[in-house]
Amino acid sequence: MKPQSYELHMLLSETPGDEMKDVIIGLEVHVQLNKLRSKLFCSCSTQYHDSEPNMCTCPVCLGLPGALPVINEKAVDSAIKVALALNCNIEEQIMFYRKNYYYPDLVKGFQISQYDYPIAMDGKISIEADGEREIRIKRVHMEEDPGRLIHVGTIDRSRYSLIDYNRSGVALLEVVTEPDLRTPKEARLFLNKLRNILEYLDVFDGSLEGSLRVDANISLAGGARAEIKNISSYKGVEKALLFETVRQKNLVRRGIRVAQETRHYDEVRGITISLRTKEEEKDYRYFPEPDLVPLRIGDRVDDIKRALPELPDAKRQRLVKQYDISDHHAKVLTSELKLANFFERVATKVDANLSATWIADVLKGELNYRGIGIDAFSPEHMIQILQMLKNDKITEKGAVQVIRTILDEGGAPPEIVKRKGLLKIEESIITRAVAEVIKENPAAVKDYHDGKNEALHFLMGQVMKKTHGRADPSMVSKLLKEKL
Amino acid sequence: MNVDGIREMVKSGKSVEEVIQSLFDKIERSKLNAFITLAKEQALEEARRVDKHGAKGMLGAIPIAIKDCISTRGIQTTCGSKILEGYVPPYDAHVIERLKADGAIIIGKTNMDEFAMGSSTETSYFGPTRNPCDLSRVPGGSSGGSAAAVAGGEVPIALGSDTGGSVRCPASFCGVVGLKPTYGLVSRYGLIAYANSLEQIGPFARNVKDVALLLDVIAGYDPRDSTSMDKKCEYTKELRDDVSDVKIGVPKEFFGEGIDEDVEKAVWSGIKVLEDLGASYTEISLPHTKYSLAAYYIIAMSEASSNLARFDGLRYGLRLGKDKDWHTTFSEIRANGFGEEVKRRILLGTYALSAGYYGRYYLKALKVRTLIKRDFEVALKDTSVLITPTMPFPAFKIGEKIGDPLALYLADVNTVPINLAGVPSISVPCGFVGKLPIGMQIIGRHFDEATILRTAHAFERNTGG
Ligand SMILES: [Zn+2]
Repeated sequence: MKPQSYELHMLLSETPGDEMKDVIIGLEVHVQLNKLRSKLFCSCSTQYHDSEPNMCTCPVCLGLPGALPVINEKAVDSAIKVALALNCNIEEQIMFYRKNYYYPDLVKGFQISQYDYPIAMDGKISIEADGEREIRIKRVHMEEDPGRLIHVGTIDRSRYSLIDYNRSGVALLEVVTEPDLRTPKEARLFLNKLRNILEYLDVFDGSLEGSLRVDANISLAGGARAEIKNISSYKGVEKALLFETVRQKNLVRRGIRVAQETRHYDEVRGITISLRTKEEEKDYRYFPEPDLVPLRIGDRVDDIKRALPELPDAKRQRLVKQYDISDHHAKVLTSELKLANFFERVATKVDANLSATWIADVLKGELNYRGIGIDAFSPEHMIQILQMLKNDKITEKGAVQVIRTILDEGGAPPEIVKRKGLLKIEESIITRAVAEVIKENPAAVKDYHDGKNEALHFLMGQVMKKTHGRADPSMVSKLLKEKL
Repeated sequence: MNVDGIREMVKSGKSVEEVIQSLFDKIERSKLNAFITLAKEQALEEARRVDKHGAKGMLGAIPIAIKDCISTRGIQTTCGSKILEGYVPPYDAHVIERLKADGAIIIGKTNMDEFAMGSSTETSYFGPTRNPCDLSRVPGGSSGGSAAAVAGGEVPIALGSDTGGSVRCPASFCGVVGLKPTYGLVSRYGLIAYANSLEQIGPFARNVKDVALLLDVIAGYDPRDSTSMDKKCEYTKELRDDVSDVKIGVPKEFFGEGIDEDVEKAVWSGIKVLEDLGASYTEISLPHTKYSLAAYYIIAMSEASSNLARFDGLRYGLRLGKDKDWHTTFSEIRANGFGEEVKRRILLGTYALSAGYYGRYYLKALKVRTLIKRDFEVALKDTSVLITPTMPFPAFKIGEKIGDPLALYLADVNTVPINLAGVPSISVPCGFVGKLPIGMQIIGRHFDEATILRTAHAFERNTGG
């Protein structure tokens, strides 16, 4: 293994504006079916995130001698859902295989996975990179999650590691793409789209720690392929691929052959490091799991297909058509099922276009800024705010202030408007206040006519005072100038 | 001493505690080395509870011994291996739950070939078990401890497991009755796997009636074992004394070359006894039998190489003082914890599953298995049972074959085809060579344990067994 400083040096020596069109990327995405109540082969809970280490375990998921796996049929149904949503061909009968390798997080010395007869093959997802791009899905298969290793320090320097088997046996879905991705950004877009679909299907919660892990294969056209193992965040995938692209290009530029190897992504340092070369590649000795019988699934596919929910692309098209909103807004709104549902609740009560703008542009922006989800905001509140805006009760600025107040302090719109004095004052009241102020301040009026600009500011201040600050300042200024 | 014998003792005024205590006294004086672990405290406590509150279930207060590859909560379970020394399962196997629910008292865990890999109980880390009929000889294996304990009068009934003959072989060598059920009849949940697709837990007893009784208790569907089937019936009720409808098939491939002459003679006279009782027989052929040993060992070793991968010393079992890095530590633990025969089979199994060899060995073995299964289905269409010698020869001397693994593998020639086919089979004593017992194997149709039990029962009653 080369010293990391050397790799960093190479990264820094990259010349900007380098073309990326000759990059070939394929992903193996592991997602936890964490909306299931129990694990893939036992009845232990999948909700282990708040548990003490190794408490959500039983003889089966600890791989104790003599314990036997039993397939969780709900997991199979979830996998079928995903396969349908990814436009895959679904196998009539599926089988489980043993993937044999030694690792301390693997309780049985093998992982129950799929090999021949996986749940599905040959699907596709479209992503919007520069224009719409179709990414082919090679296969989708089910397997059990290993436990979790907690390295003290980093993987290559750790003195010892701790193991938590709570995760052991949780159902994983592995989605394997063809090498159709061309840039690290496309990889990220693909992952976002995949997550979006999985959340629409209600089989996956991407917000949970460790719910997604990616192995990325990357090569330059004609060159050897590096596999970056176990990247555990969406952003990490893009960063790791970016680093790897640059590293490989630099090697090529220097006339050094890119080695076929497995690399590890160090999230903290933002670099990839070599784990093993091809000569050390493992032979997993797959063979059919004798403790599980082949499972016929062909006859349940139709029922599951009928019950499939509306998926992101279809929803986006429908929103444009049904509510006459822009495609851009529809895209933002459908990027998250909850957001789309939120929009539809609001749009049935107030103007759809106004709703789309305020939810997709304003509210989403405020949520992103705070790093929180749409759950933090009630659609009823949004309806109230937009109704007030529409009825000219508050200004746009006032509406933004209400949204921010709800997010930062809590409370309900009418009460906030009242407390913060955001109710917009009618023009007639401002006109009356302007007339009074002109009458009461002849000296200032004279100064104004003498060309002293400060006088206007003084008069405006007096109007604002009379209207308790609820007047729209631009309107006050306009009316004052007219009357003077 | 059989189940009725124990019941008589209790009826005649002995307390259950006294009966159990007398067994422990006998075991502790015994030269057989049939047990690895005695559950003395738990058993005596249970006995006292029964004396106070009365017995329950089909096996009320009957003592039983359990092969040490069946998980017993709170009782050390080693599979005869150093690598599992000190491992105490936190859960009961399905069959143990059944036994407890029916009142049986577990007195201990019996010796076995390490991880059930052997036919002589000599590969146990805890030393060989001796044959009660001749202490210089092996009891057979791998369930040698269970068979010897029953034959030696240390316990009336016992459980073993049979992957390629591991119940029937020691039953034959020790002169007791042993049954391998149809694959799927008895749940394997809690049975520490040697070769998952071949093995079943099976009962030992001194007579067919007790074997049927024990099968009544342990058979039945268990949702925790995906290969388990709901096919049980009441076996003790099927033991009527009539075999006039039984059509016996005698497969010629199971006689002849390699089979001891005395053994062959004894089995033939057994068939004649059944004929006298009204059964008919025909000679038949199972043409693919000659491939069964090769197919069996490839499948068994392949599965074993994967099954035994979990023993890395990390979560349970053997530890070796100071831990080094992961690879070094688990390699040392496995090098130290497994015996020679286990290592041999892990290596061969790993080889058979390796890239480039999988198709040549494992897949081919699975194809052979399908052919053998079909052989049995065809043969058992026109016959109701098949009868063969269980073992080619009687019990051999301790140490006689241990240096020659191939010779030992050949000893399984008549038992492994049955596991490949998944059909049930029982071994009943049918005579002696000198003082050494001979076993007759009666094979049945899938899930037709009733007929082989009835045939064995009729034979036993008419030969004074
Ligand atoms: Zn579990």
